[in-house]
Amino acid sequence: MRRPQRIGDVFLVGVPLLFLAYFFAYPLGAILTKSLVANGRLDLAPFGDVFSRGTLRGAIWFTVWQATASMLLTMLVALPAAYVFARYRFRGKSLMRAAITVPFVLPTVVVGTAFLALLGPTGVVDLSGTVWLILIAHVFFNFAVVVRTVGGFWGNLDPRLEEAARMLGASRWRAFRTVTLPLLRPALAAAGSIVFLFTFTSFGVILILGGLRFSTIEVEIYRQTITYLQLPIAAALAVIQLIGVTSVLFAYSSSQRRQAIELSLRPSEEVARVPRGLSDRLVMSSVLAFTGLFLGTPLALLVGRSLRTGSGFGLDAYRSLATRTSALFVPPIEAIRNSLLIAVGATLLAVTVGMMAAVIVAHRTGLFSRAFDVLLMLPLGTSAVTIGFGFLVALGKPIDLRTSPVLLPIAHALVAIPFVVRTAVPVMRSVRQDLRDAAAMLGATPARVWRRIDLPMISRAGLIGAGFAFAVSLGEFGATSFLARPASPTLPIAIFRLLGRPGTFNEALALATILMVLTALSMFAIERFRFGEVGEF
Amino acid sequence: MRITSGARRCGGLILVLALTLTACSQDTSEPANTQTPEQITMLTHDAFAVSDGILQDFTNETGIEVQVLKSDDAGTMLNQAILTKDNPIADVVYGIDNTFLSRALSEGIFEPYTSSSLSAVPESLRAGDLATPIDYGDVCINYDKAAFDSGTPAPKTLQDLTDPVYNDMLVVEDPATSSPGLAFLLATIAKFGETGDYTWQEYWRDLVANGVKVDAGWTEAYYSDFSAASEGTRSLVVSYASSPPAEVYYSEVPLDEPPTAVITDGCFRQVEYAGILTGTDHAEAAGKLIDFMLSPEFQEDMPLNMFVFPARSDVTLPSVFAEFATVPDHPETMDPALIEQHREEWIQQWTEIVRS
Repeated sequence: MRRPQRIGDVFLVGVPLLFLAYFFAYPLGAILTKSLVANGRLDLAPFGDVFSRGTLRGAIWFTVWQATASMLLTMLVALPAAYVFARYRFRGKSLMRAAITVPFVLPTVVVGTAFLALLGPTGVVDLSGTVWLILIAHVFFNFAVVVRTVGGFWGNLDPRLEEAARMLGASRWRAFRTVTLPLLRPALAAAGSIVFLFTFTSFGVILILGGLRFSTIEVEIYRQTITYLQLPIAAALAVIQLIGVTSVLFAYSSSQRRQAIELSLRPSEEVARVPRGLSDRLVMSSVLAFTGLFLGTPLALLVGRSLRTGSGFGLDAYRSLATRTSALFVPPIEAIRNSLLIAVGATLLAVTVGMMAAVIVAHRTGLFSRAFDVLLMLPLGTSAVTIGFGFLVALGKPIDLRTSPVLLPIAHALVAIPFVVRTAVPVMRSVRQDLRDAAAMLGATPARVWRRIDLPMISRAGLIGAGFAFAVSLGEFGATSFLARPASPTLPIAIFRLLGRPGTFNEALALATILMVLTALSMFAIERFRFGEVGEF
Repeated sequence: MRITSGARRCGGLILVLALTLTACSQDTSEPANTQTPEQITMLTHDAFAVSDGILQDFTNETGIEVQVLKSDDAGTMLNQAILTKDNPIADVVYGIDNTFLSRALSEGIFEPYTSSSLSAVPESLRAGDLATPIDYGDVCINYDKAAFDSGTPAPKTLQDLTDPVYNDMLVVEDPATSSPGLAFLLATIAKFGETGDYTWQEYWRDLVANGVKVDAGWTEAYYSDFSAASEGTRSLVVSYASSPPAEVYYSEVPLDEPPTAVITDGCFRQVEYAGILTGTDHAEAAGKLIDFMLSPEFQEDMPLNMFVFPARSDVTLPSVFAEFATVPDHPETMDPALIEQHREEWIQQWTEIVRS
């Protein structure tokens, strides 16, 4: 058994805990208290209000329903792609892996216009007014979460296990179901939990594509706060959202403890192979074609429109972005610079805090570690309105951070930490203890054991997490829009601004295209990053 | 060997972190000279924009620097101002409109101030001494001129919209999430009333029967459904009276006239106000900023930046406005207190009607 290392543990728990306590729990507590406590007494009447209203009860039910459905559907649709990216070697693979992250960062208003054009009244199929439009959009946004989280883990699984089963006469499907699937379960659950939380707090997609028929807790919190200024009811809804998310997370984290299996992970470069034979090639090309079509069509539509001019196609929109008559009022390069700067800050914060926390979550047992895990995930399942306003209420003293520019990377890091933790933990848990013991027996110090045994395996997961954190920050809009922020915009804010005026649609899409290219390039660069010689995992 | 390379990496990370932090902090705190000029903060919505140098002119005139803080929209901003009432994050708020004004006043977030320039603003826009009107805009039905070129004439009144000739042509925004959507709902309430033989509820039932489409926000209505600005099939949309000049101004190819026009019946006038936040230490400077916002220089700069009309009636409008913007003679208005009192109830009634 591994003995807890007291001082190290205190540090590994302490830093993330302080960060989350000050920038999440405290602001959340402050805004909820302010909304629900009047004259020193807790007022529970707003909860009664929530449950007595049909629309709000409906929103609670629909939130759970659509999050579950979106999660299952995303798994189903994205798993084949995760397999192909994990198991096959093909040309342009790293570029494609970078490109699939693009949908994940695009503002929902932008994607909304593409979906309404493709699947609206004038589109290929008219799905408007149906729940399918919401579900498909959720799959579109979260596709990369499953491919990257599951694919990353799958890429390090030793294929010889499955090959042995095949050798013993199992069919391809049976070998997958009885050997690979159980081994993948931690990564599947990790990806599922993130998609669930992401869609549980879905706002833009529901609003834009759901019409009047569909509403989530998040949408209702927004309406109650912004339109009706009914903070107590909004706070009651936020508490209900929090309780729901917490119980799902507790269930998730206990199921994970029971499933952890130690594995011999192998470098992904050794695992992936060139497709052999017709069936291999058929599987690979059909999965890639589907992925390209599913993710590429809406993106191509947006890019195409950004290139449209009065008389045909051209770069007019890009040119006018750079002029002073542009509705943007700042050169686009300034928005790009802001977004990149914030994303670098958010990524460093999220990776530092997230990897420290992941060590504890992966290796310690007991109620405290589980509660810690839940706390780390909570920001992803908490309303952006609530957190944004919580900052305002709580962070005035001792240093007034309420309007400080550092609040943006901090807010983004809160949302990004769950991604870092969830990609790292399955890998950390599967590192074989006997390897560590052997190294220790041979006289290696704990630090050296970690560096030589654990680090090579978790650095790849760390990079995937860092990529996510960067992408989360580049695309973050929700929390950003509820902060009182400096006048100089981030890319999503600038795009949103252009989409709010007549005559500037093409400019908005030109800027969205710039965001897409920037995302793909950053993902590509992050994936290339290697920690010295240990990066081959 | 690896240890050193690892250490170097770590050093690199720390360097990047340090650079990021310095870069971030540089944005806020410009190095001060020996004498720090007075600095005030203005909280405003995301659509706020001024020409280059305008705020610098104010600084040159008064020695006061203005830091602009942006928030999402009027509702978000009002929430932020209310939540930070005890320790305000800004000195001036600009952009709270008449649909939210009453709440702002009853929450006591504003200090009284009467600008010397207020006399140049028409009486109809004024709202007492707590909030200063800066600009206004009319939410009106816009139509796609091409769709009504031949055959059917464009509708002229709100009542026309219930005519089967205009079946499936109108798209509006949800008042629960959209500011023009709420303004249009208020216009129908002001016009048709709550009592009598034809109430606003009945009007909306007729609109529903005539195939009105409801979108979440202006962006979806205008850029996904409005036939003049998208592949959409709807040729009537709830937008602003200033949208046609904006179409001309932002067009990448020079236009002789806008592709859209405005129906002047049933427009709702949104007035945007500025106010000094209670608890500010810079009340005097804040007052000067409000004076500046009512100065001819600032007022003349607003139309092409925010596509609103200046509150002052004595300033020159830019030519694209003078030529293509419509100012309805009799826009609908409503007492802000009445809006505050019924907002939620009306939106809920509306939702019931439209959902069915």
